[in-house]
Amino acid sequence: MATPTDEQIIDELGLRRERARSIYDHPNLIRAASVLCFLALWEVYGRRSDPLLLTYPTAVFWAAIQLIRTGELLRQAAVSLATLGVGFGVSIALGVGLGLLTGRSRVAEAVLDPHLNALYATPQVALTPLLMMWLGLGFAVKVVIIFLFAFFPILINTTSGVKNVSASLVEVGHAYLASERQILFKVVFPAALPFIMAGIRLAVGRALVGMVVAELFTAITGLGAMLTLYGNLFETAKMFVVIVVFGLLGVGLIRATQALETRMARWKETERANR
Amino acid sequence: MLEVRQLSKVFFEQNDPSKPGLVALYDVSFSVRKNEFVCLLGPSGCGKTTLIRVIAGLIQADRGEIRVDGKPVTAPGRDRCMVFQQFGLLPWRTVLGNVEFGLEIDGIPREQRREISRRYLELVGLHGFENYYPHQISGGMQQRVGIARALSKEPDILLMDEPFGAVDAQTREQLQEELLKIWSKTDTTVIFVTHSIDESVYLSDRVIVMQSRPGRIKEEVRVELPRPRWEGDVKADPRFAELRARIRESLRG
Ligand SMILES: Nc1ncnc2c1ncn2[C@@H]1O[C@H](COP(=O)(O)OP(=O)(O)OP(=O)(O)O)[C@@H](O)[C@H]1O
Ligand SMILES: [Mg+2]
Repeated sequence: MATPTDEQIIDELGLRRERARSIYDHPNLIRAASVLCFLALWEVYGRRSDPLLLTYPTAVFWAAIQLIRTGELLRQAAVSLATLGVGFGVSIALGVGLGLLTGRSRVAEAVLDPHLNALYATPQVALTPLLMMWLGLGFAVKVVIIFLFAFFPILINTTSGVKNVSASLVEVGHAYLASERQILFKVVFPAALPFIMAGIRLAVGRALVGMVVAELFTAITGLGAMLTLYGNLFETAKMFVVIVVFGLLGVGLIRATQALETRMARWKETERANR
Repeated sequence: MLEVRQLSKVFFEQNDPSKPGLVALYDVSFSVRKNEFVCLLGPSGCGKTTLIRVIAGLIQADRGEIRVDGKPVTAPGRDRCMVFQQFGLLPWRTVLGNVEFGLEIDGIPREQRREISRRYLELVGLHGFENYYPHQISGGMQQRVGIARALSKEPDILLMDEPFGAVDAQTREQLQEELLKIWSKTDTTVIFVTHSIDESVYLSDRVIVMQSRPGRIKEEVRVELPRPRWEGDVKADPRFAELRARIRESLRG
């Protein structure tokens, strides 16, 4: 008789995977209900409060419709996203690049270390007025501020990721006659990738903070400028629209990096799951 | 074809120059003929890994030299390939990707290296596992990947550092037999590190017995058992027992 397949044995033992039955199997339903309850309470309470201080969900919704219709929201969001994209892109490029360099070369580390540490230790917000004096109120200053916020987590994680690469893997590279360049790109970089991705995930949130800070300070364009504008006009509902957009942006970006992280470091994920 | 001449290697504590060095190898000399199977046998810490790494060109000796076909070697080369004690697989690459690694470094085009890699995976009995990641397969299978990776480069000299040290006894016997079969089909020279007496006698033409503190060669023992050794029961041969006893004596004394 042929050996039964795993599936047949599972059937024979009556171990079919059970279908979801209880309410706990639908956490998303519970989540949705929770959010709806919160919105309802807010609506009731918000309508009875001073409209200058607090608003309520339906008012925010109509304000959003209005801002979308005039095109203002999308135009300002596009400006913000562009600065965020450029600032974050530069952070990744320099963070990963310098991280690989300082992680691999002790000389480079000793040369760069004092400057990077000093810059990292200084609260980045403190540099903002100075940067505005040097760079004005335009695109450049915002990119630099976002960079200052997002760069360090990437740099630090990349450096420690590279230092964590086991010497024996590098030795395998040498044994198979890999050049320094090949060792960097075929051994060190992939080995450090889970660290790098974790750094990028941390940096996303900080880049967003950097963007808001930059736009609040410069207050000319972007979502942050909208926030200042409607704050000065006491249009609370419109301020909330901007805040909600920031929130959605944060959630979206962090989700996206998480997805990317899982994809790029899939071996690590399954390895962890098996432990 | 391989000559090791008066090799010595001292390790110094990197961060503490005041500490005395540790003599890992002292005045080690031997030579290996083409197509010979030689085992380096010795207790843990006697410098077997150090010696094989020097031969591989991964670290430099402090005194003495290594010659392959009369030419001194100081760096890794196409003529030698290493199978690592801890497998040395790249965890983010699949089984196939790991075997391809060496060929990729050589710049062999993708299709071609795929085909070569598949052939060697088949040779070590891993057909069907191409797309698994190292952590998804057993230790014995991981080491086969390491062996396939080394074989795929078709080296003249195969350096194996306790390749079967981390696998169970049964898998070990099976791998030993497979290794002998592969070796008999090619004209590879093998230097095989082990600390199992039985393994060294079963596999090799010659056992080089080492001792520790400082690491050096104690003696060389010829193994003139008939080949192929996987047929019949070589281990029941009285000569096998004799060699085993002799080597054990040598290790002890
Ligand atoms: N990179 C190193 N730095 C300092 N000491 C080392 C280094 N590598 C090896 N040694 C020392 O050299 C000696 C020989 O080590 P080696 O790894 O060659 O032993 P081995 O015979 O392979 O042992 P095992 O059978 O346990 O693998 C040991 O005492 C070890 O502590
Ligand atoms: Mg060893």
